[in-house]
Amino acid sequence: MESVRCGAVEDAVISPAPIKPACLFACLPQTLLISTTEGTVLSLLSMSVFGPVVKIHPVVLASICDSYERRNEGASRVIGTLLGTIDKHSIEVTNCFSVPHNESEDEVAVDMEFAKNMYELHKRVSPTEVIIGWYATGFDITEHSVLIHEYYSREASNPIHLTVDTALQSGKMNIRAYVSAQMGVPGKTVGVMFTPLTVKYVYYDTERIGVDLLQRTRLTPSRTNGLTSDLSQVGGAAARVQDMLTTVLAYIEDVLSGKVTADNSVGRFLMDLVNKVPTISPEDFENMLNSNINDLLMVTYLSNLTQAQIALNEKLVLL
Amino acid sequence: MFLIFSKLKKKTMDVYTTNLVVLKIIKHYQEEGQGSEVVQGVLLGLVVDDRLEITNCFPFPQHTEDDADFDEVQYQMEMMRSLRHVNIDHLHVGWYQSTYYGSFVSRALLDSQFSYQHAIEESVVLIYDPIKTAQGSLSLKAYRLTPKLMEICKEKDFTPEGLKKANIGFEQMFEEVPIVIKNSHLINVLMWELEDKSTVADKHELLNLSSSNHLEKSLQLLMDRVDDMSQDIVKYNTYSRNLSKQQQQKHQYLQRRQQENAQRQSRGEPPLPEEDISKLFKPPQPPPRMDTLLIAGQINNYCQNVKEFTSQNLGKLFMAEALQGHN
Repeated sequence: MESVRCGAVEDAVISPAPIKPACLFACLPQTLLISTTEGTVLSLLSMSVFGPVVKIHPVVLASICDSYERRNEGASRVIGTLLGTIDKHSIEVTNCFSVPHNESEDEVAVDMEFAKNMYELHKRVSPTEVIIGWYATGFDITEHSVLIHEYYSREASNPIHLTVDTALQSGKMNIRAYVSAQMGVPGKTVGVMFTPLTVKYVYYDTERIGVDLLQRTRLTPSRTNGLTSDLSQVGGAAARVQDMLTTVLAYIEDVLSGKVTADNSVGRFLMDLVNKVPTISPEDFENMLNSNINDLLMVTYLSNLTQAQIALNEKLVLL
Repeated sequence: MFLIFSKLKKKTMDVYTTNLVVLKIIKHYQEEGQGSEVVQGVLLGLVVDDRLEITNCFPFPQHTEDDADFDEVQYQMEMMRSLRHVNIDHLHVGWYQSTYYGSFVSRALLDSQFSYQHAIEESVVLIYDPIKTAQGSLSLKAYRLTPKLMEICKEKDFTPEGLKKANIGFEQMFEEVPIVIKNSHLINVLMWELEDKSTVADKHELLNLSSSNHLEKSLQLLMDRVDDMSQDIVKYNTYSRNLSKQQQQKHQYLQRRQQENAQRQSRGEPPLPEEDISKLFKPPQPPPRMDTLLIAGQINNYCQNVKEFTSQNLGKLFMAEALQGHN
């Protein structure tokens, strides 16, 4: 059954693992166990192709980049553990920490004590996070990865493996996730195949707002950014909306003058947009506006009054 | 809080931080902080030239009913030791805390920050306001205690006379330090990638017009504080009244004594011994003024926040009016 999958999946990395036949029997129940824990009775075939979606938070990626920058001299890549939560069809990666390891031509040593320790510490803060896999920087999946993956499969059922290409070999930072699966002819040498999974980026609301601000650091030459003050933020947001409106207007102009063919779905969105503006009679709007403004002015007046009051009080005490 | 330009020779250090720290703080609150609970953590980094760079952070577990605070120190030690193995800066440079509608000026904060600043001069406390952030703009502020306040805390002299000597007002308790976010090139690349790949639509909470909920809560907290303040003022007033009454009594007693002595002298009897007046009239206990200062500082903070909020909303309302006018 595994061989059928080989042909169907593109871009898979095959690497022969030094697994002896005796271990095969140990591994098989594990793989079967995986399929049952996934809650599906379907064969591994469907799970590997349409595997669980991996949802990554930006914290994890920032942390990986940071550990890569701080790696020891001579180490070409960094590995670490991924923490998160598992859902029925998706795995959400919310945290990670790096694990010191040594890699040479023929052996790889991972500090497992350290990994366990760190996981314990992290569990104290967020008890809902579990080990769901591991990450490595670098483009390829090497033989050492297989060994490390085996270690992690002892810690978590069906761990995922995340690679982040921090060396930017192909000009982009390829962020990919894999899950391992057995392949080969049963009875003979068995290999391990890493099948890719879809990767999505998710944000909490506050995270997204934070990321929006952080995105602005891309644009300044010194890569710095200060945090702006109140009214200028509103101005900034309004400017962004204005930009978006001009883009939409430009598109509409093009459609009207025939340069671009009209697209029905876009048209529907535009209808929604225009209908969203509520029709209120001017007097009602005036009333609402005035009452709101009055509320705000009153609160401003009160807070100014309070501030003056405490300042006075202080001066009196210090007399 | 006002940005105080320090007249002392030492320039206040700017605080530089990275994306990673910001994201971690946001995540920590999101996952562990519900409602008005406060989440805290430690900031790690180093001091370079004239800036304080914060390069990493880790969260503190919540105070749970089981395990007492043996966790705290041990957890911190273990965490720092482990982080050192992966080459993360393990120098404590401060701590962070989330806040509920801006209410963070408290005795606990003061004490913690004092102990930090005593050990490391440039340490800061980062206050992250999740509710304000959810409204559209990241609210992260860094504060330090002013040198004056440090002096007072060191001497622990919180009587009115002590504070008068130091001439400290509620505006001079904390100084806000500007935060600059600076990233390495790799993180920059990551940001570009995320921009490319993520398909999250741009929601515009910042342009949201509804304000009553937020205002209500802020005003509620403000009223509570003002109540506390007024109670404090009453206490102080009674104290000063008692003090003046006592002064009067002392004065009268002395006068009577003198009169009696004069009479006795005229009669040829020995004068009465001078009794120790301080034993007779025990001076009333002056109330500690530190709490008042803190409350005043907190009220100031609330007022500032409210004013910022209202100014933003007024802007939005006028914009809405302009838009509607075009219809």
